[in-house]
Amino acid sequence: MTVSIQLEVNGKPVQAAVEPRRLLVHFLREDLGLTGANIGCETSLCGACTVLVDGNAVKSCTMLAAQADGASVTTIEGLAQNGELHPLQEGFWEKHGLQCGYCTPGMILSANYLLAQNPSPDDEEIREGLKGNICRCTGYHNIVEAVKYAAERMS
Amino acid sequence: MYPAQFDYRRAGSVDEALSLLQENEDAKLMAGGHSLIPMMKLRLAQPPVVIDIGRLNELKGISEAGGSVRVGSLTTHADIAASDVLAAHCPVLAEAAGHIGDAQVRNRGTIGGNIAHADPGSDIPPVLVLLGASVHLQSPSGTRSVAAGDFFQDLLMTDVGEDEILTHVDAPALGAGTGSAYLKFEHPASGYAVVGAAASVTVQGGRCTGAGLVVGGVSATPTAVDVSSLVGTDLSDDAIAAAASGLDAEDPIGDIFASGDYRVHVGKVYGKRALAAARDRA
Amino acid sequence: MARVLGTSIKRREDPALITGRGKYTDDLKAEGLAHAVIVRSPYAHARIRGIDTSAAAALPGVLAVLTARDVAAAGIPGVVPVGWLLPDLVTPAHPMIAADTVRHVGDAVAVVVAEDRYLARDAADRVAVDYEPLDAVADVVAALEDGAPSVHEEAPGNVAFDWEIGEREPVDAAFASAAHTVELDLRNNRLIPHAIEPRAVLASYDSSTGEMTIHMTSQNPHVHRLLMTLASLGMPEHKVRIVAPEVGGGFGSKIHHYADEAIVGLCSMKLDRPVKWTATRTETNLTDAHGRDHSTRCALALDADGRITGLRVDTAAAMGAYLSTFAPAVPTYLYGTLMSGQYDIPAIHCHVTGVFTHTTPVDAYRGAGRPEATYVVERLMHLAGEATGLGPVEVRRRNFVSPDAFPYQTQVALAYDSGNYGPAMDRALEMIGYEDLRSQQASRRDNGAKQIGIGFSSYIEACGLAPSAVVGSLGAQAGQWESADVRVHPTASVTVYTGSSSHGQGHETTFSQIVADRLGIDPEAVEVIHGDTDLVQFGMGTYGSRSAAVGGSAIARSVDKIIEKGKKIAAHLLEASAEDLEYEDGSFRVAGSPDRSLGLGDVALQAYLAHNYPDDLEPGLSATSFYDPANFTYPFGTHVCVVEVDTETGSIELLRYAAVDDVGNVINPMIVDGQLHGGLAQGIGQALWENAVYDESGQLVSGSLMDYAVPKIHNLIPFELDRTTTPCPHNPLGVKGVGEAGAIASPAAVVNAVVDALAPFGISHIDMPLTPEKVWRAVNS
Repeated sequence: MTVSIQLEVNGKPVQAAVEPRRLLVHFLREDLGLTGANIGCETSLCGACTVLVDGNAVKSCTMLAAQADGASVTTIEGLAQNGELHPLQEGFWEKHGLQCGYCTPGMILSANYLLAQNPSPDDEEIREGLKGNICRCTGYHNIVEAVKYAAERMS
Repeated sequence: MYPAQFDYRRAGSVDEALSLLQENEDAKLMAGGHSLIPMMKLRLAQPPVVIDIGRLNELKGISEAGGSVRVGSLTTHADIAASDVLAAHCPVLAEAAGHIGDAQVRNRGTIGGNIAHADPGSDIPPVLVLLGASVHLQSPSGTRSVAAGDFFQDLLMTDVGEDEILTHVDAPALGAGTGSAYLKFEHPASGYAVVGAAASVTVQGGRCTGAGLVVGGVSATPTAVDVSSLVGTDLSDDAIAAAASGLDAEDPIGDIFASGDYRVHVGKVYGKRALAAARDRA
Repeated sequence: MARVLGTSIKRREDPALITGRGKYTDDLKAEGLAHAVIVRSPYAHARIRGIDTSAAAALPGVLAVLTARDVAAAGIPGVVPVGWLLPDLVTPAHPMIAADTVRHVGDAVAVVVAEDRYLARDAADRVAVDYEPLDAVADVVAALEDGAPSVHEEAPGNVAFDWEIGEREPVDAAFASAAHTVELDLRNNRLIPHAIEPRAVLASYDSSTGEMTIHMTSQNPHVHRLLMTLASLGMPEHKVRIVAPEVGGGFGSKIHHYADEAIVGLCSMKLDRPVKWTATRTETNLTDAHGRDHSTRCALALDADGRITGLRVDTAAAMGAYLSTFAPAVPTYLYGTLMSGQYDIPAIHCHVTGVFTHTTPVDAYRGAGRPEATYVVERLMHLAGEATGLGPVEVRRRNFVSPDAFPYQTQVALAYDSGNYGPAMDRALEMIGYEDLRSQQASRRDNGAKQIGIGFSSYIEACGLAPSAVVGSLGAQAGQWESADVRVHPTASVTVYTGSSSHGQGHETTFSQIVADRLGIDPEAVEVIHGDTDLVQFGMGTYGSRSAAVGGSAIARSVDKIIEKGKKIAAHLLEASAEDLEYEDGSFRVAGSPDRSLGLGDVALQAYLAHNYPDDLEPGLSATSFYDPANFTYPFGTHVCVVEVDTETGSIELLRYAAVDDVGNVINPMIVDGQLHGGLAQGIGQALWENAVYDESGQLVSGSLMDYAVPKIHNLIPFELDRTTTPCPHNPLGVKGVGEAGAIASPAAVVNAVVDALAPFGISHIDMPLTPEKVWRAVNS
């Protein structure tokens, strides 16, 4: 069987018929070609697949595409506006908050959600807020710096 | 990473969900999906039918009335953690919910799904047992409520019947003079509680008039500790340590990270610290 | 123009990665793409009695189900080779797909190809394998015991090799006359690399041309092409193109040639269409080569003044079920040779037994042998500080190789080219506020459950893997040089083709800085191409902290050749002698005549026009170098870790981590610091959390992120870094390596700190990872 879904992805309406078992992350990556959300584990722990669903950071590997019916989804591809990088994207670039880049889209979207909840987090709040995202390259030092940079820019 | 095939049904009401449940043998209810989908991705769960109850707004929300708080089963951990109602009337539940997983998990995971899954490392069950909360269930034949202490039956086993839906949780509000705390010894990989200690202490005129301690992670179900010895004391550190040391688990659970013996030990230490924190907040 | 070497310019790699445009292997699409799922053994050791693929093959949408029988029928070599040989190394065959016996959980037994990956997984579930389970042994020590289950018939007692370095007799003599001795039994815990991108491959065979393009998660595409064609698929090397697109971390795990990538190549050949396979986390953890897994007995002898007189090390090193690509080199030439550390040790003997176990193969993982060696040496130094009463600082200082003793010949083959160890220690002490910390520690000793500990690690590493003649004499079946083709275009922009293939290190940025600095041009005028065997000349790849020291030096060499040629062209055009020409800030000038000069662009254009050109020169302005260094490089430093141990629960909290590293000249400080941060996280992870645990039946019980604790952001702290600079004397850039330093130094620093905190409890050692329960048990025993 398939399920018909209608949703908004990065501001654009999308309509599709998907198998019920299709994970949102596969729908985004394979059906829509939005490969920014990555898959790094299968236990909902690494956070590389994090996207925003109705403004909330969620792990798109732990959500069926069918569950996203009617939702508004933002992926890393939809974060920059009018060709302008988002302050978080700038922060990660400026502060060397990424190396291989695989965890970065999820990390940025989690940080985006964090800053929406708490516009000026301290170091500990940043570390607590991003605990659902694993980075194996940076040791997180510069990720904290990147988020602080963005928070300052956005305030 | 690739769930097996299943049929998907989306319920528009609790009644519809209940009838779908009756019509489809071995069907699974899915709220946020944060217990079920991980099992399905590993094909450890292969339900033929999934009934999505995630849109039943009637099961969402937090309210307080008549000295009791009510949390709808589809309320997310994020909403519980951020709830002003709970902060005022039942802060320990909000505190525990804030410890669950991570921000993304808290945004999708629900209290109903969490307690129906009954993972021994979950943060919510010991708090509900501590509070003397009741879990409300609905079936085609009516509704019933179960004390949280009876709800959790064994490892991943609860009192929810095959034809039932968990609708909400009621918990008595914590009154003035009562302090509470949830302390978590977190697994460095899974983020689950190796041990989670939920404590409450009521103080009047400098003396303890009531105290409770429930520890999760030590046994298959939350373990209540008899801390009645604290009543009438001034809650000295020594009295608290002695009370917490009463934690006993006949058949403690263990894994490669923490053995049963060690969990019992940490349960005592965290029980002590949770009681002390509750005292300091009373 | 301003110097660009030593400048933290932002990475040119990042715009694609922060916008989601970077393409990793699994992101790639192809016309007619099919998907593979590999069927793996659930047993650590079993005989395959039969495989029934009919139910899987019958599923609509399934294109092929292949087993070892199909590998044999294809008439290809079908094996996964080992690329480093030791004397008397036992080299059992490692078939691409297991034929009659499986030897670890995750061993491939069949592959299913289908139109869709969900469907391929459905079909894989329908492949029925009839196993006869056999006894297995997963532990490196248990595998050496009499009567242990045998992994390979060819390897009696499960011994893959028996290797030693140094001389035993002088060491025995040192111990016989020692004033102090300390000894230790320790484990270097088995680690799972956990690049966040799982391994993946997209193989596209085209029968009309006989060519195959393979996009894959590779740290070294040319090496993969060589091994894939020669030993696995039997294709002509020139008919295979391997491309490493964006690669999501490697840490060693994407150096090695694995069965899976070859299996997917075979599927594509059989079906004549593109086939993609992406490992799940579970699969990648069962098949990526693991790291470490040593059991070691070691001892240090010192004289009455606290000077080291001898070091003895005996290690059993797990190889796993098969010999992975570089596996035999890791616990031998990358381990035994490091045993002198930063110290002047007159007698060293190190004996290593390589051991087969029914586990995932073990191979190079960040640091590869050197973290294990540093851990041995620095744990012993901590104990020596206690035994001699000198403490951790003085005992190290007293034994440092003196700055005037370089080049310093160790007793274990390596000759350190340069070093100056005292200043790094001084700076680390200053940064951490050592005396204050000691008084804080003292004030806690008698009150409270939380104890403070301070741990040191003064490490040396040999990196920049090279020189070829040396590694060849030690068993490498490959050279260890690096290549660079630098092409100056007619408009004076530059393209660099480097054999160092990046997977997160920022090579494109760093290498552009090398070229820009040397040519005196804007880094934006330099493009860097890597990771494609059709575009780039043969290269050895990125591992062993070698890219800047070897790959970067190759680029510098090519630039120098270009400048030399440019001088000849400029001299011709300026009617001067080439010997009189200087090159500075992008211009060729006649010495002493500043008005007689030509810009790089003028010369480049003329090089391509060749209208007015020296008779003895060929047109064009490009140069290729295959740089083979004279020696390894030897970064060093001192790290200090400060912890608080909750003795009531055994929990450890990191309070401070200061690292002073000497990695020679620094090209991009921001990137260098980032490399250190990442290495530190992995080393601290080894010390505190990470552990690949097998049960007695050989099941990997910490195979997922639910049980295997990769360091998370809330468990780590900011790192305090500084540097001393002792340039490498033998490469043109004076650079050493930095990718592995953090992982090499930090495990010992952390463990020494915890043991220091627990000194009042009489604790001298706890094996990694220092889980709270282990610490608690030590405190209470």
